[in-house]
Amino acid sequence: MVTNVTSFGRSGLSDWLVQRVSAVVLAAYTIFIVVYLLCNSDLTHAQWLALNQHIAMKMFSLAAVLSVAAHAWIGLWSVLTDYVTVRLMGPKATPLRIVLQLGMITVTLAYVVWAIDILWGI
Amino acid sequence: MTTKRPVNLDIGTIKLPITAIVSILHRVSGVVLFGVVAILLWMLDISLSGPEGFDSIRDCLTSPVAKVILWASLAALAYHLVAGIRHLIMDMGIGESLEGGRLGAKLALVGAVILIILAGVWVW
Ligand code: HEM
Repeated sequence: MVTNVTSFGRSGLSDWLVQRVSAVVLAAYTIFIVVYLLCNSDLTHAQWLALNQHIAMKMFSLAAVLSVAAHAWIGLWSVLTDYVTVRLMGPKATPLRIVLQLGMITVTLAYVVWAIDILWGI
Repeated sequence: MTTKRPVNLDIGTIKLPITAIVSILHRVSGVVLFGVVAILLWMLDISLSGPEGFDSIRDCLTSPVAKVILWASLAALAYHLVAGIRHLIMDMGIGESLEGGRLGAKLALVGAVILIILAGVWVW
């Protein structure tokens, strides 16, 4: 059982589920944006602004960025705990991994704040 | 883990079947996408800042370097999306046999290549 304190939900099962739910949200958002841009190849600034000012779109974008945060946190945790390990790199692996994880978490939180700043500043 | 367990470290003896290739590419594309999110947020920020910002993104995307970066980003997204959907389908218990896994891996690879080519057509 995964009991590592730096995992997202402190439980492998919970992380597994959160990663699936966030994947579905991200897939829906990606497909929506791509189809929208394909259908509006002569997009204007006014039209783009109106779309992103709509409260439903803000909610969708917020859900997407929160999903990226959870999804990337869990995903990069898996990657780091697979490769940056004492078995592969010796005793310096643990402090190195903690630093990398803190960096990853900082960037993740910065993305969330940046997105909220963009969306609620327009 | 302090106890020494036997581990096969001879990479040359480990085969990389199609399922493993599809899996490692999903991992690589996921890590790449984490960086791509910064580019996308930057584009969103500038494009919404005003008509000038919107046009500056339009202009920027006419440069070949920007086109290559955008295409590479879309390629990572397309690949991760297709392989991710395969993951979700397998999580529902579909195609979990060895043969099913191989077939799914082939379908995912073909689907991703088609989407990546289409993304290239779109960008250029
Ligand atoms: C756009 C932002 C995205 C980022 C930054 C991202 C990043 C990642 C990373 C780093 C992993 C870990 C890879 C591994 O452990 O091997 C991962 C796993 C996963 N991703 Fe994404 N991803 C994104 C979007 C998506 C989308 C749109 C889907 C759609 C289906 C998706 C589906 C999955 C699934 C199912 C896994 C779990 C794989 C596993 O359990 O081994 N992801 N993602």
